[in-house]
Amino acid sequence: MSQFGINITFVAGSFLLYILIAIWAKAGSTKDFYVAGGGVHPITNGMAIGADWMSAASFISMAGIIATTGYASSAYLMGWTGGYVLLAMLLAPYLRKFGKFTVPQFIGDRFYSKKARMVAVICLIVASLTYVIGQMAGAGVAFSRFLEVDSTMGLIIAAVVIFIYSVLGGMKGITYTQVAQYCVLILAYTIPAVFISLQLTGNPIPALGMFSTHVDSGMPILDKLNQVITDVGFNEYTADVDSHLNMVLFTLTLMIGTAGLPHVIIRFFTVPKVADARWSAGWALIFIALLYLTAPAVASMARLNLMTTIYPEGTSEEPIQYENRPNWVKEWEVTGLIEFDDKNEDGRIQLYNDVPSFQDEAESRGWEGSELEVNRDILVLANPEIANLPGWVIGLIAAGGLAAALSTAAGLLLAISSAISHDLIKGAINPNITERGELIAARIAMATTIVVATYLGANPPGFAAQVVALAFGIAAASLFPTLMMGIFSKRINNTGAIAGMLCGLALTLCYIFVYKGWLFIPGTANLADTPENWVFGISPLSIGAVGAMVNFAVAFAVSNATEEPPVEIQELVESVRYPRGAGQAQDH
Amino acid sequence: MPGHNYDAEKYWKANLRLILGSLVVWALCSYGFAILLRPLLSGIPIGGTDLGFWFAQQGSILTFIALIFHYAWRMNRLDKKFGVDEE
Repeated sequence: MSQFGINITFVAGSFLLYILIAIWAKAGSTKDFYVAGGGVHPITNGMAIGADWMSAASFISMAGIIATTGYASSAYLMGWTGGYVLLAMLLAPYLRKFGKFTVPQFIGDRFYSKKARMVAVICLIVASLTYVIGQMAGAGVAFSRFLEVDSTMGLIIAAVVIFIYSVLGGMKGITYTQVAQYCVLILAYTIPAVFISLQLTGNPIPALGMFSTHVDSGMPILDKLNQVITDVGFNEYTADVDSHLNMVLFTLTLMIGTAGLPHVIIRFFTVPKVADARWSAGWALIFIALLYLTAPAVASMARLNLMTTIYPEGTSEEPIQYENRPNWVKEWEVTGLIEFDDKNEDGRIQLYNDVPSFQDEAESRGWEGSELEVNRDILVLANPEIANLPGWVIGLIAAGGLAAALSTAAGLLLAISSAISHDLIKGAINPNITERGELIAARIAMATTIVVATYLGANPPGFAAQVVALAFGIAAASLFPTLMMGIFSKRINNTGAIAGMLCGLALTLCYIFVYKGWLFIPGTANLADTPENWVFGISPLSIGAVGAMVNFAVAFAVSNATEEPPVEIQELVESVRYPRGAGQAQDH
Repeated sequence: MPGHNYDAEKYWKANLRLILGSLVVWALCSYGFAILLRPLLSGIPIGGTDLGFWFAQQGSILTFIALIFHYAWRMNRLDKKFGVDEE
């Protein structure tokens, strides 16, 4: 069978599986639709959280970013896992005890304010919608590379599949398809990594192989990598960063942003007990760690593999002839994600860091510019080809990349549609809506959101690349502090919470817009986005943590200057702190 | 459900102490060993690099897992001890 046939078989097979699961898990009530009936086992939920969490960015892009920047990208590894510690201890068990369907609903009830609930709805929709655009675009890329269809066509296929299982099954359908998607994506990620680790180090566990001896050179693999890349002008892979403060704040922003993202939090409403919410955070992190511990190994080994492909005789010798380039380079050249430009016309591929400090060396070797552009997103997708693995592994990677994108998209879509049908329609516009009416509204909201997300995925607005800063900044600066204070303080009142949310949000948005352009409109940035211009060296990506601190400070100050929350609210806070009597997630 | 009684206060205080202790370890491994204290740990070699690098890319994640399971286990015991667990 051709590679194309294998890819189609794997992808179509996995899609068929998701649809069969959806038919089996059809939602009959709003409770099924919003929280999967509230009866999901903590390990099952942990796996679903893993798939929900690990997006196209984790699966496709993260290893590529780490490969390019080395130690500096550790912020992603720690930030996107450390948030689960905060979730397990500061939010999940208490929100589960509260026992409602959505995050804005908790904020509205705890701060006895419809206004607070609406601010939370807006934060949720902006954060989730920007995030979902990236997922849809990622699915489009995977389709166009592996299935040789136009990426818009690919997106529409993906949208139809998501439509079937999320509109039909709601949270129930999504939960069980996510379990299947987790299995697909983790196998797809780890199998090539195991083979590459075996080839390079003889150690089958990539996370250990990364710190072992490189078989060919007899040096530790990271030493070898440092040596090879510094030879051609790059920074050391393990080099420290310029600003510790910025790295700390960036990691902190990702951690509290992770803990504040509504599509992750609502997954904890699906387990039967408070204790299960704690356990499922632990299981979720184990399932996530399987990928996150492997990613840095994939990154360092793929970078080394790339360098030895280009410099087969070592970096002091001449690089490879363009004619002799391996097959995977040829295949990716077709997609335009690898580009070669023979600047000095010697027929060889010079790949080096084109910086002033390396200029003399480059000139002495007759090099006239680095000649190979490698898009870092292809690293994971090209991994099996680089390591000469059989065709079925490539088919598996295609299905895995799509599983990662689809599962996260579905989780986000559910968070958006439940905020619309439950918080906006039932909570504000028509409180007397029947259960049946609300279920229909939820399905219509879901369908509409899918159409909007697909359109935005096919025509990504110019700011698509800045989404990470925005989604994590909003979640970190507005949602996390407000939720945490709602549980841990009885003194924070409605005025304080709203003032805190708005101040945190305003600071974060303004700081991002000053460097990235107002509403991301090109040409409207006030300052160039470079380290010299940043206040105290804090990048716009790291500002969410500062926004969160402002939120905390303003909420405390304003609450203490105004009156205490009513007695029944203080009793509500008291009740979420004790697990007894949690029952199942319910509306009233 | 316990109201504003003495035991309930003690349960919540015990929970806060446990959270505080866990978060100290959480911060020490990630912001400490992996970032701010990395220069101090540079003398401890591990597989071609230093301990700080290992904490940044592996150790902190493993610590996070241990922290959550430890917390869940201790809280289950506290729930039972103070009689606030779910039947």
